[in-house]
Amino acid sequence: MRLLLNKIILALSLVSALIGLAFLGWILVTLAIKGASAMSASLFIKDLVDNGLRNLIVGQLILAGLASFVGIPLGIVAGIYIREYGQGSKYAEFIRDLSDIMMSAPSIVIGAFVFALLVKPFGGPSGFAGAFALAIMMIPIVINTTDSMLSLVPKELREAGIALGASKYKVIFNIVIRAAKVGIMTGILLSFARIVGETAPLLFTSETSNYFTLDLTSSFPSMTVSIYSLANEPEESARDLAWSASFILTIMVLLINLTGRYITRNKK
Amino acid sequence: MEKIFQKLSLLSASLVFIILIGIFTTLFISAKPAIDEFGFGFITDARWNTEVPLNQSNEKEKQTDTLKEDTTQNSVSDSDDDLLAEDEDLMGDDEDLDDEVATKTVYGGLVPIVGTILSTVIAMVFAVPIAMGIAIFLAEMAPKKISIPVGIAIELLAAIPSIIFGMWGLFYFAPIISETFGGYQVSLLTAGLVLGIMILPFMAAITRDSMKTTPDILKESAYALGATKFEVIKDVIFPYSKVGIIGSIILSLGRALGETMAVAFLIGAVYNLPEKITDPTISIPVAMAVNFGEAAGLGESALFYLGLILFVLSFGIISFAKFYFLKRNKG
Repeated sequence: MRLLLNKIILALSLVSALIGLAFLGWILVTLAIKGASAMSASLFIKDLVDNGLRNLIVGQLILAGLASFVGIPLGIVAGIYIREYGQGSKYAEFIRDLSDIMMSAPSIVIGAFVFALLVKPFGGPSGFAGAFALAIMMIPIVINTTDSMLSLVPKELREAGIALGASKYKVIFNIVIRAAKVGIMTGILLSFARIVGETAPLLFTSETSNYFTLDLTSSFPSMTVSIYSLANEPEESARDLAWSASFILTIMVLLINLTGRYITRNKK
Repeated sequence: MEKIFQKLSLLSASLVFIILIGIFTTLFISAKPAIDEFGFGFITDARWNTEVPLNQSNEKEKQTDTLKEDTTQNSVSDSDDDLLAEDEDLMGDDEDLDDEVATKTVYGGLVPIVGTILSTVIAMVFAVPIAMGIAIFLAEMAPKKISIPVGIAIELLAAIPSIIFGMWGLFYFAPIISETFGGYQVSLLTAGLVLGIMILPFMAAITRDSMKTTPDILKESAYALGATKFEVIKDVIFPYSKVGIIGSIILSLGRALGETMAVAFLIGAVYNLPEKITDPTISIPVAMAVNFGEAAGLGESALFYLGLILFVLSFGIISFAKFYFLKRNKG
């Protein structure tokens, strides 16, 4: 009886695991078939007005890159505060908890916040507003990874540095950061991968544009927002374009993720 | 230099706090007109963008009894056909109308709130058992040769942008669901299921991590006593990692609650209270995503009100999960 029950339960969990994996596999296969079938070189040369994706790819990368430019240094420095300067203090714990909570804040709400802050007062959507919204999403993620990577650096290394008479600042930059370099790098890549696929915070901050532009003060081409509007269009060609864009986006996200994992594994 | 950097790092850390306060106050200020206008009744009002006669809604806010009296009086004067008197009566009540009934637009949050909660519940009912199955499979059943690659695959799937789940759901999953269960292609059911599929990898990955914290020695002792695998899972692993597992589930719930893109294609985006599970409705994030563009004035403010409710709700749920279940080792 016990053995039978054991078999039944294990079989059930195996079946549910297979169901879950089947769904996820189904999505990936669909994406690969739909995306790859419409793939062509012209997608990367033409802009959305001419049924290409060039402006969207470049635009999305610029938005995410700009967000990283702001979010990564701030996140790392804040992570250093939590783990090194404020270590153990109530305030540092408080900030860490807040940042963890903020990491799960609904992204559309952050979009609404930036809309009220940067879009409405300045009279329209802009690339800056989009990048700002993404930066807000990114900071807590970078804080979280920096914090946990610094926690892996053994205490003895810090003590040795201090014993040699180095200032705290020197210890952090010459010893701790160096020891945690690879981990922090991985964290940066993973958080970049997280925000590059975001749609909701961009919907009404950067919106999107059919044309190639580098002007950050007007509506800015965003791949994810365009996927959303293309998929809602009735024409088959627009949907195919949306699938190709999704495919490129997914490949991008997965590649960045795998690179991040690869460099950590190689180092350890 | 030392001092400057220390101050700088303190400042960046405090930025998190400042941003959170900023989000809250900005949402509150933007929602203020709607909060003043509708108060807490917003949460239980199922009307959205509905034109209501001005005097009626005013009366309704004060007292429902007088509303009935008012309408009966109106109908009496109607039947009297005394147009002049009616005109005068209306002029007395309201300021800006001639002979038509004055209207004002009422916004209520009940439909999106119910839609958000129901779609999240469907997602959780679907995802929790399957995620548990995957986690048990990865942590206890599969040999390393399978569990490591499958584990990595699951983590990678958790990174796939949610809009892709939404698009797949719209074109491939929704037709099947509507054929099987009847009803519309876009519905509460499809939205909830796709939402469940979307949070599945995340939930499975963090649940597996919680299960893996069970020390091997405990499991081995149980096996040595003759326990079956199921008994080890039920009596050793679950009790040991219970807190972490519940925390993971709540964390996933918080994610599902605020998810926009996986649901936006599928829930239908209509302000209707669903009677059946296969009816289309709307959720808070979708309401914001769909209506923000054209909204202005009170409508926009009402959307901010919804956003504020969502923000407070998810903030509450996630901090609950954090403080009660996921106290991580501080070291």
